[in-house]
Amino acid sequence: MLNVGKIEEGFVLDHIEAGKSLSIYHHLQLDKLDCTVAIIKNARSNKMGKKDILKVECDINTLDLDVLAFIDHNITVNVIKDGEIVAKKELVLPKEIKNVIKCKNPRCITSIEQELPHIFVLADEEKEIYRCKYCEEKYDERLD
Amino acid sequence: MRHLMNPLDFSVEELDSLFDLANDIEKNPAKYAHACEGKKLATCFYEPSTRTRLSFESAMLSLGGQILGFSDAASSSASKGESVSDTIRVISCFADICAMRHPKEGAPMVAASKSMIPVINAGDGGHQHPTQTLTDLLTIRSLKGRLGHFTIGLCGDLKFGRTVHSLINALVRYPDIHFLFISPPELRVPDYITDMLHEKNISYEEVIRLEDCISRLDLLYMTRVQRERFFNEEDYVRLKDFYILNKAKMELAKDDMLILHPLPRVNEISVEVDDDPRAVYFKQVQYGVYVRMALILTLLNINV
Repeated sequence: MLNVGKIEEGFVLDHIEAGKSLSIYHHLQLDKLDCTVAIIKNARSNKMGKKDILKVECDINTLDLDVLAFIDHNITVNVIKDGEIVAKKELVLPKEIKNVIKCKNPRCITSIEQELPHIFVLADEEKEIYRCKYCEEKYDERLD
Repeated sequence: MRHLMNPLDFSVEELDSLFDLANDIEKNPAKYAHACEGKKLATCFYEPSTRTRLSFESAMLSLGGQILGFSDAASSSASKGESVSDTIRVISCFADICAMRHPKEGAPMVAASKSMIPVINAGDGGHQHPTQTLTDLLTIRSLKGRLGHFTIGLCGDLKFGRTVHSLINALVRYPDIHFLFISPPELRVPDYITDMLHEKNISYEEVIRLEDCISRLDLLYMTRVQRERFFNEEDYVRLKDFYILNKAKMELAKDDMLILHPLPRVNEISVEVDDDPRAVYFKQVQYGVYVRMALILTLLNINV
């Protein structure tokens, strides 16, 4: 069994569906942050069989994790301070998602306009419906 | 600075003011004949729509303003690959207000976000066409004397008809409206509309035959079955003649029932109906000019 050490301050994202950690790494734009990140793939899990884990050593105020609620509700976010878990972060669906998913409507302006961000707006919180800000097309698939 | 992207961008109270202004323009056109002197309207039409473009141009000319623009993408810089964002920045230097028609949905919104002048969505793909909805509302309000307290029938292509969806969304903000959706099952109104009506507790019925319900209507909104919405010619030919309004059906209608149509018509309203005083679809075109005049004045903050 591979062991990855403790982090002093940051987040441990647990119960990520096996194989999804790299996609989450990119959606959180961790590649742009100057911090230590451990990506653990296919860890054994009693609950899930296999799971991924991300450990991010960073100032806990620098990272916006709301997008995780859109990607996968089941991810557990442990907030770490002084090497200990100090809180479990509640994930709230973000009001707006930018450049995480793409509008698939071929008639949408995002299909031709250069460098236009793909923005989705939370249209119905209860039904978890996001709509493209530009063409209002519903996004009804979770991330691949 | 304000733009118009969606008919719901304006509150009911703001629409009332807009329609009051449009009615004043109708009564006193001379009073407004120089209101926009020195101002320029750019009509940026990335796809042809002669009727809407001429309505905007007529509106600006009637206000004493001037017009410039293009009427299809081939004669604009879009053919060289220019983005909408860049085009509107350039147009902002040439004109005081812009009406944009674009085949891509959301294009006018992108333009508005980069623009230094007010942008009016003059139709974006199958998405929104707010000035058509404002035209419809003004026509109803002016000729019926009220928005609300009536039964309206919407007939024809209710599945793909963007004007119908916009009109329903705009009308639900007014009290005591009963909707009758008259269409073949293949072209029935989408579920998201009927779900919305359920949620808001607004009454509606879905009806197959126009004859069965025309006598109950205060307003009849006819639409054409658009050839381009069908994947094959056979379906189009089978459905297009489904709902034709003629003199015989009009005999069943109330004496004060009004017929509206966003035009162009193909054959869904027989020409023999045109002389019926209840046929107001050509008056509706005139109201389209008045409401665009009122809109230009409002967005340019010009008080007369």
